[in-house]
Parts: sequence; structure tokens; C-alpha cells
Amino acid sequence: MDFGFVILVEILYAVASLALISAGLAVVFGMMKVINLAHGEFMMLGGYAAITSANMGVNIFIAMLIIAPIVVGLIGLIVERLVIRHLYGRLVDTMLATWGLSLFFIGCATMIFGNTTTGISTPIPGFAVGDYQINGYNFFIIIVSVVLILAMLAVLKTTRLGLIARGTMQNPDMASALGYSPDRIYMATFFVGSALSGFAGAILAPLVGLVPTSGGAFIAKAFITVIAGGPALISGLLSSSALFGFVGQVFSFVASPVIGDVAMLIAAVILLRLLPQGVTGRFFKGKL
Amino acid sequence: MPKSWQKESVIVIAIALILVYALPFAINTFTLSILLIYGMLGLSLGLIWGFGGILCFGQTAFFGLGAYAYAISAINIGESTLPLIFSILVPAAFAALMGAMMFYGRLADVYLGVITLVVTLILFKFINSTASPIYVIGEARLGGYNGIPGFQTLNIPGRPDDYIWGDAFYYFCFAALVIVYLLVSWLLRSSFGRIAIGIRENDERMSLMGYDTRARKTVLFAIGAAIAGLAGGLFANWAEIVTPGLFSLGQSAEIIIWCIVGGLGTRLGPIIGAASLAYLKFLLGQQSMIDNTLIMGLILVLFVLFLPKGIVPAISDLWAASFGRRRKRLRKSRRGTRVISNG
Repeated sequence: MDFGFVILVEILYAVASLALISAGLAVVFGMMKVINLAHGEFMMLGGYAAITSANMGVNIFIAMLIIAPIVVGLIGLIVERLVIRHLYGRLVDTMLATWGLSLFFIGCATMIFGNTTTGISTPIPGFAVGDYQINGYNFFIIIVSVVLILAMLAVLKTTRLGLIARGTMQNPDMASALGYSPDRIYMATFFVGSALSGFAGAILAPLVGLVPTSGGAFIAKAFITVIAGGPALISGLLSSSALFGFVGQVFSFVASPVIGDVAMLIAAVILLRLLPQGVTGRFFKGKL
Repeated sequence: MPKSWQKESVIVIAIALILVYALPFAINTFTLSILLIYGMLGLSLGLIWGFGGILCFGQTAFFGLGAYAYAISAINIGESTLPLIFSILVPAAFAALMGAMMFYGRLADVYLGVITLVVTLILFKFINSTASPIYVIGEARLGGYNGIPGFQTLNIPGRPDDYIWGDAFYYFCFAALVIVYLLVSWLLRSSFGRIAIGIRENDERMSLMGYDTRARKTVLFAIGAAIAGLAGGLFANWAEIVTPGLFSLGQSAEIIIWCIVGGLGTRLGPIIGAASLAYLKFLLGQQSMIDNTLIMGLILVLFVLFLPKGIVPAISDLWAASFGRRRKRLRKSRRGTRVISNG
């Protein structure tokens, strides 16, 4: 019974962290059809922003939930204005340019923070379930992810901004004919997407030791989750992170974490072979 | 056509003969060998991406597979001729399987990128986790993170004690690169190459004309992998150790940067891009002021933004604009005759 509960929590945690990791990328890809390969580095920068400000004496939760998203969002804004804006509609070129950016940020972080591992301890203590010890921070991540997804849904479904964003996503020409500048909407979307990446990086920072190259660990997972999710933003994100999180975690339990990762990647290859347009290319069509 | 092909190969061999003796005056042969190997790796991606339109994010997987195939079989066999052939065949077979899976599933652009990237990552994770002694192929331990050191390096066929190393290895690499370059040129002039370019331009149209684009892409992909595998086998000989780092994302990124900087759709571009950027990295590695990765990233971003065609096409455009008036007229008249003969 206790063991079953532990497994359930671990699987939920895997799904939640996958959704958290991929949210920023999904917003940018779903809305703008831009694949931001610097996503992992945005997360890494978010982690550094949170740790640095926490070390300077700011409350850790303020650092993670407010400072990191704003800092990374602003970096994203600069990147969008300087680079991405010139490459809209050129999918491969944006991938290459953002890959270059990711290398650039790794270089910057190495020069500023050095090639050493930094970290902070998790701010929430663990607790025992029967004979097992559960990391309390895992619950925090599950809750944060649920709140985040609900918030995204609420913004997109109920607010006027969400309506405009969805309209631009479907047909930028029409949105522009109705008087909304796609340029500014894309700019805002990229800001939100990068802020989400920074947010995710900051939330996960206490769990992993941070090095300048730790973005690489996230980008592949986020990338496959978003691509396998397909065109629908939120249902794609949810369905593919549920699937991959489940597969990865089950195989980690049965064999080892490495096998879990490999199983997840193999699942992605098989899924894309069967459903080349992603999960929501076939199911939940036309949903959000 | 065959005449100009002969003419071109004579020119290529003549230039190669000059370079093979001239280059060692500028750079030592040990560094030159790795530049040549990287040039071959760049050419392999340049072939499938620039001429086949297949953007492979995991070209380094074939490079690494070639290196591992060489190392493992060299330990087991103790002679280098067969292992070098294995280093070509194993990646080619792997790519043929992978390509068949992707192209017969009609996967294109981003999805292709994802799958190649993911397969590379799987290999990276797998090889990294093989430190325990149960992972053994014949007598060769895979060694996990530590890689495989101490295998038989290149020797004269049939004589395992006569090693090819130092200057001789440099000449060997140079000859291999020239041969591969000529083979690629020949392939691109053959009808297979022309159809591959047609598929790059418009897949649907070519398949409507009756060509099996899936099979052709798979074959081209496997050829690219074979070249990358040969480069990997040579790399194993150069480094005398193979490590999982060969499968890393950073290595993948670098190959793509070489092709972008050198110029897609050319044969020379990726080779020049690879050699010059690898040399730049080597020079940058000798100072510690600015981080290496930062410069590479900056180069990639700047090239995508300002010179997406790459150096070689830009230079040849410049050349054509300033000196090529006569040539242009010639080309125009040629095109005219072709129209007439078609009509």
C-alpha cells in the first residue's frame, strides 16, 4: 500500500516535471512555430538567477517564483528582438540560430559562474509514508505544475489577451487585418515562453546541481515532449508528458534511471513513427 | 559530361598534390590529420543535408559508431584492415535501418531532426552506462564513461607490426579524403545524385515522376553515414581512444555549424568549414580569456543571420560578379541550347 503510494507520487512527479520543463517550449512552438533550442539554457539561466538572488539574501520562493522568470523573460525579449524576429517562418534557420544561442549562453555562464556545480538545498523538508521517505519538494513541483497548466488554460480560454493570442496562432494575417500587430504578439509570446522556461529552471534548480551545461539535460526531453504533443498546446503538452513521464518512471523503477531515460526516448521514436503529426494531430483535434 | 568530370578530377588531384606537400609547412601533420578527418565528417553531412535535403541532427552518431566499431573489432582481430571496413559498414547498416524507419514513415524536417537527435542521445546514454564488466563484445570492454583505450591502430594490411602513424597517417588521411571527395563528386554527377537533388527541391514531384523517393533517401542517408563512419574509424586511430563524448550533442552541433559556415549545397564548403573552424577551436583552446563555446555559438548565430549561404557560395558569387562575365554569357547560351533541344 505504502509502496504503491510512493510509486504513484513518483509517477505524478515525473509527469509534472516533464510538463513543467516543456511548458515554455510548447508556448513558443505552439504559438509561433519556432523551435527554441536555447530553451535548456534559458532554464539554466533561470536556475542561476534564482540561486544567485537566494544567496544574496532574497527569500528563496520570491527568487524562484518571481525574480527568475522576469530575468529570463527579459533575456528572451532581447534575443527575440535581436535574432529570432528576423527568422520567422524559417523553421530550420531558427533552430540553428537558437542552437547557436544555446552554445553562446553556455559560454557566457562558464565565464561568469565558472565550470563548477552550484546549488541550494531544497526549502521543503521530506516526510515519511510508512517505511518510505518522500521528498516534500516533489509535491511542491506537482502542485506548481498543476497550477501552471490551469493558469495557462485560464489565460488562453477566458481573457481577451488569450483570445488574441489564439487568433494569431491560427491565422496571423487575419489578426493583423483586425488591427493586432503579429510582431508585438510574437514578442509578447516569446517573453512569456522564456519566462516560463526560466521559471521551470528555477523550480528545478534545488533538485539538481547546476553547471553551465545542465540545460542540455532538459532540452531533449522538452523537445520530444513538445513535438510528440503536436499542434494543440495544452492537451498536447499534457498527453505527451503523461505518456513519457509514465513510461520513463516505470522503466526507472523496473530497471535503472538510465534505462528509464532510454525507454522514454525509444517511446518517442515509436510514437513519432506511428503518429508523425504528434498525439494531437490525430486525437483532440482543434482543441487547445 | 564525362569529359568535364575527368577534367575536374585531374584538377582536384593536382590541387590536392600541391596542398599535401604545402600544408605541413604551416601546420604540423598531427593537427592536420584531425582537420582532414573533420573535413571528411563535414563532407558527410554536407552530402546528405546540402544535396539530399536531409537535416540530420545526429551525424555524430555515425561518427561515433564508426569509431567504436573500429575500436571493438581492432581489439578482437588485432589487425586494422578489417576493422576499418567495419567502421564504414556498421554505421551504414545502422543508418539504412534508421533511414528506412524514418523515410518509409514519411517523416520530414523537424520530425526527422527530433528522431536523429533522440537516437544519438540514446546511444550516448547507453554507451555512458556500460562501465560495468558485463558489457563485453568479444574481448573488448565497452568501458562506459572511460571509453576504450589501447586498441590496435592502423597498420599496413597483413602486417600488424608495421604501424601507419605520424606523417604516414597524415598522407593516408589526405588520400582517403581525396578519394571520398572524388566519389562524392561522381555520385552527384550520376543520375542517382541528380535525382537526389531533385528530391531535395521537391519530394512530391519526384515521386509523382515515378522515382521511389523513400528508397533513394534511405540509400543517400546510408552513404552519408558510411563516410561519417570512415571518418570515425580514422578518428579512433588519431586519438587512440574512443569515448562516449563522440556521441554528445555538442559534437553534433559542431558538424552542423561547419556545414552552415562552409556553405550548403557545395562539396568543398563543409570540408573548408570543418577544417577552418576546428583549427580556430584549436587556436582558441590555447587561451583562456574567452570561452570556446561562446565563440562557436556566436559564429553560428551570425552566419544564420547574415550569411546563411555560407562562405564558399558567397566567395564564388563574388568571383562570378567580378570576373565571371564571360562565363555567365557562356552559361546563358548553354541554357539556351538546352531549351531548344528540349522543345
